[in-house]
Amino acid sequence: MSWDYAALLPGAIVLSSLLPGVFIFLLQEESHILRTVLNLIGAVAKLVLVALLIYGVWAGQVFETRIAIAPGLTLVLNADALSVLFVTLSTVLWLVTTVYAIGYLEHSTNRSRFFGFFSLCVSATVGIALSGNLLTFVIFYEVLTLATYPLVAHRGTPEATRGAKIYLAYTLSGGLLLLVGAVWLRTLTGPVDFQEGGVLGHLSADVHGQLVVIFALLLAGLGVKAALVPLHGWLPQSMVAPAPVSSLLHAVAVVKAGAFGIVRVVYDVYGVELASQLGLLAVLSVLASFTIVYGSVMAMTQDGLKKRLAYSTVSQVSYIALGTSLLGPVATIGGLVHLVHQGIMKITLFFCAGNYAETLGVANVSQMDGVGRRMPLTTLAFTVGALGMIGIPPIAGFVSKWYLGLGGVEAGQHWVLLVLASSTLLNAAYFLPILYRAWFRAPPAAWPKEHHFHTRFETMGALLWPPVITAVFCLLAGLLAAAPFSPLEWARLIAEREYGL
Amino acid sequence: MLTAQFLYGGAGLALFVLGLWSFLVHEPLLRKIIALNITGAGVFHVLIAIAYRGDAAPPDPVPHALVLTGIVVAVSATALALMLGARLQDAEDEDRSR
Amino acid sequence: MSDPLMTAPLVLCIALPLLGALLVTALPRWSVSLGIVSALATAGAAVALTAAVWQQGTLHLILGGWDATLAIALHADGLAAALILMVNLVGLGISVYATDYFHDRLRVGAFWPLWLLLWAALNGLFLAGDLFNLYVMLELLGIAAAALGALTGNRDAVAANLRYLLVGLLGSISYLLGVALLYTAHGTLDLGLVAQRIAAAPELFAVDAAAMTLMVAGLALKAALFPLHFWLPPAHANAPAPVSAALSALVVKAAFYLILRLWLDLFWPITGMAAAMLLASLGAVAIVWGSWRALRAERLKLLAAYSTVAQIGYLFLFLPLLTATPPGPARDDLLAALLLMALTHGFAKAGFFLAAGLVQTHAGHDRIDDLGGTAQRLPATTFAIAMAGSALIGLPPSGSFIGKWLLMQSAIATGQWWWVVVVTTGSLLASAYVFRVLSRAFGLEPTPVRFVTDARAEVPALTLALVSVAVLGLASGPLWRLLELGSAGGGA
Repeated sequence: MSWDYAALLPGAIVLSSLLPGVFIFLLQEESHILRTVLNLIGAVAKLVLVALLIYGVWAGQVFETRIAIAPGLTLVLNADALSVLFVTLSTVLWLVTTVYAIGYLEHSTNRSRFFGFFSLCVSATVGIALSGNLLTFVIFYEVLTLATYPLVAHRGTPEATRGAKIYLAYTLSGGLLLLVGAVWLRTLTGPVDFQEGGVLGHLSADVHGQLVVIFALLLAGLGVKAALVPLHGWLPQSMVAPAPVSSLLHAVAVVKAGAFGIVRVVYDVYGVELASQLGLLAVLSVLASFTIVYGSVMAMTQDGLKKRLAYSTVSQVSYIALGTSLLGPVATIGGLVHLVHQGIMKITLFFCAGNYAETLGVANVSQMDGVGRRMPLTTLAFTVGALGMIGIPPIAGFVSKWYLGLGGVEAGQHWVLLVLASSTLLNAAYFLPILYRAWFRAPPAAWPKEHHFHTRFETMGALLWPPVITAVFCLLAGLLAAAPFSPLEWARLIAEREYGL
Repeated sequence: MLTAQFLYGGAGLALFVLGLWSFLVHEPLLRKIIALNITGAGVFHVLIAIAYRGDAAPPDPVPHALVLTGIVVAVSATALALMLGARLQDAEDEDRSR
Repeated sequence: MSDPLMTAPLVLCIALPLLGALLVTALPRWSVSLGIVSALATAGAAVALTAAVWQQGTLHLILGGWDATLAIALHADGLAAALILMVNLVGLGISVYATDYFHDRLRVGAFWPLWLLLWAALNGLFLAGDLFNLYVMLELLGIAAAALGALTGNRDAVAANLRYLLVGLLGSISYLLGVALLYTAHGTLDLGLVAQRIAAAPELFAVDAAAMTLMVAGLALKAALFPLHFWLPPAHANAPAPVSAALSALVVKAAFYLILRLWLDLFWPITGMAAAMLLASLGAVAIVWGSWRALRAERLKLLAAYSTVAQIGYLFLFLPLLTATPPGPARDDLLAALLLMALTHGFAKAGFFLAAGLVQTHAGHDRIDDLGGTAQRLPATTFAIAMAGSALIGLPPSGSFIGKWLLMQSAIATGQWWWVVVVTTGSLLASAYVFRVLSRAFGLEPTPVRFVTDARAEVPALTLALVSVAVLGLASGPLWRLLELGSAGGGA
């Protein structure tokens, strides 16, 4: 084990949020300033370390932290192009969410506990992103479950406890299936690291039957977090969590961990060719398409704003799985870039939903008449996010849908266009009425529970700026899609490496 | 003399089984403690029997040492069991008088 | 045999706690300070012992210079050293916790001598090199444990521990009869010599098998293997918290250790798949049944006690896998995984019971449904329960996660896939019972002031739980080396 810079950096990225988290647990509840400082130091330090990592990976340097747990069982943190994509997303959004959460929970109780688990949650997400083998992936995947449970249960109301219980039942069962799949695979392959193009190519055709069953186990485990229908039941229930947690669950951590895992398993464990040959991609694409349509339909029927957004997540995350399931580099690009695009768009929407609830007491779509006049900046950010989800150019979501559609055509799967078209129509059907209400209807005489902050803006600064910033990201990701280091260019790099172009 | 050894050892095994049976079947504490002691005595019989090495040779001292140690252990365990039993009886009497 | 400086810890591990027990009996006024000094010294000796085994390999000492057939032999290989280290570190944690737990002078005076005696017996059991000393230590352990368990003096505790004592005695007598049979057949009590002679004399199969049945059955009774577990839950749940921790984490483990020793070192040539399968099936039922009862338990300590029944079951699952795996790296992995599961459970269950005891002291009861406020007022303790609980479930990064990973890997590799189903069912049930407790910690009660409220009581529990999660889960490599050094599992 060598302890040079390249071998330490991935570990340091995980620790940069883990250590502040541990200290935050020990803080007294009143140490508001110290807690804020620790949170921000962790978030900024992680950002700096990730910037170093991006630069290094772009320059072709190899970063790998290996810790031997026991003979043959090694914890591997490895930065390849795919992990960098996810690490960057979680690190940037963590910083923004931390600022938002500090504002959101200003007068709330149990903040040390909250921010402690919040940091653990991000450490686990980054660990998932950097995992270099299935063992490491499974470890961080389970830690993520444990770290998010207290966040979902945070409010302590009976509904929160119930939602958290459902969340846990789903994710722990899924985790066990994933574990069994990973162990089984390990008996066939021995200790192997993730590798572009897959690691199973050398196995004889005799075990292909086993490989299909293992894939089913892995997919079931990952599908729970990725909210693939019918494993999505926990997601709408966990909406009881505070807004920053919902943002984190939906945009960065939990659902993304599942989707990212599916990408890893298909590309770097099975390899697209073997997966396609075994008929696994076909199954995945059917599941993903069904989820896309089902989530959108369910979203239309929800009056609660957060619930509507939750079903929208169910639908949108499956774009990633869909892109993965289509054979061909263009679809891969579409799926991977959506990993980032869905993240920034959905976090914007959730921040805005939190702002409406905190400032005006508005939690349902039917109460949103005229919110645009009372809170123009928030509503503007919401509009950008919503239009992006529908896929209107030049916002990020358009780029994803464009590449997915093109990828479908390239793979000869023209029905993908149909799925995308119907999903787009449905997205419009559940987002446009909100925008219409917000901008064009007259505001009510009084808001359900209005809260006046002492500021010249529509709401507290820590709540207002995060969605505005992420909305700007959504625009930039679309407008500058062809610039170097944009999510699209990075996704292209990953696809080229995967297909050996 | 070999028959004597078998007789003795066989009696030990019989005692063991009898004690075991009594321990499992009888509810009262005192009977259980006595049953355990009988079971133990059975094992000690077996140990004494196997110490025999023919008329000419002196008996093997090791099993004898084991029996002595075993008796000490059995006595102290019985004492503890009786003490706990007595305390239990007291507690029950107290409950009843209340 | 080897240099006396190196073998001194062998003697000290047993002599120091015995000496401590005598001192606290003679000077009851000083019992707390003398007790904690003895605890520190004993733990130090155990660390030295492990270090010596690490450097030199197996240690062997014959006391008093007698010839091996007569003398008392002490023996420490890697397996014994790893367990000794766990037992003594957990023992130290329990001792620190106990200084704050007992306030009534009478209890303080009774606790320390018995606890140190129990500790000496535990160490003696792990180090004894012959069958009869094992019997003596087993009896000493049983007597001290039952007396400690009944310490609160309330009716339930006395009744439960009286039953524990009687059942334990029956187990030891059964074991002793097995020893007598082995001595008849092989003429020696030394573990190593008996092992050689069993391997060399296949014609004595019938006697050996009878002895094995008697000994293993007696020990399974003490190890609370289903269906012989009935005595454990009430005895462990009604004892004072530090005692519950010692009984559940250490004493039961000692009985299992002895089964493993006999199985691997002594009876290996005559154990077959059928016997291993029988024990493992009982273990599987124990896992499901124990976890189910834990889920239904109304009291926190009863939950922990049933969880012990389940966790012991996991250890027995390894027997058929060991039988099916030829010597080599796969078998080394399996033995290390078994040891890892036992060690993790030791730390985790001790931490769990200590934390549960604190919750009970603060709330005045341990009814799970009414614990909300207390759990929230004691964040460090609740955290300890959460950590220990995740080790009991086998979630990463705990040691039992690695253990279960290797267990399932071996089950799939040897074609005994049904154990995978058992392990997953057990883990699911364990998650359910652990999170049933933890969900009480998130209520609407006011925010706790600080993380640690009562350092002397909370830190031991938290430390033990942390070891089970972080240390054993992330750095278990040394166990492989320790096992390689010893003769454990040399069998086939």
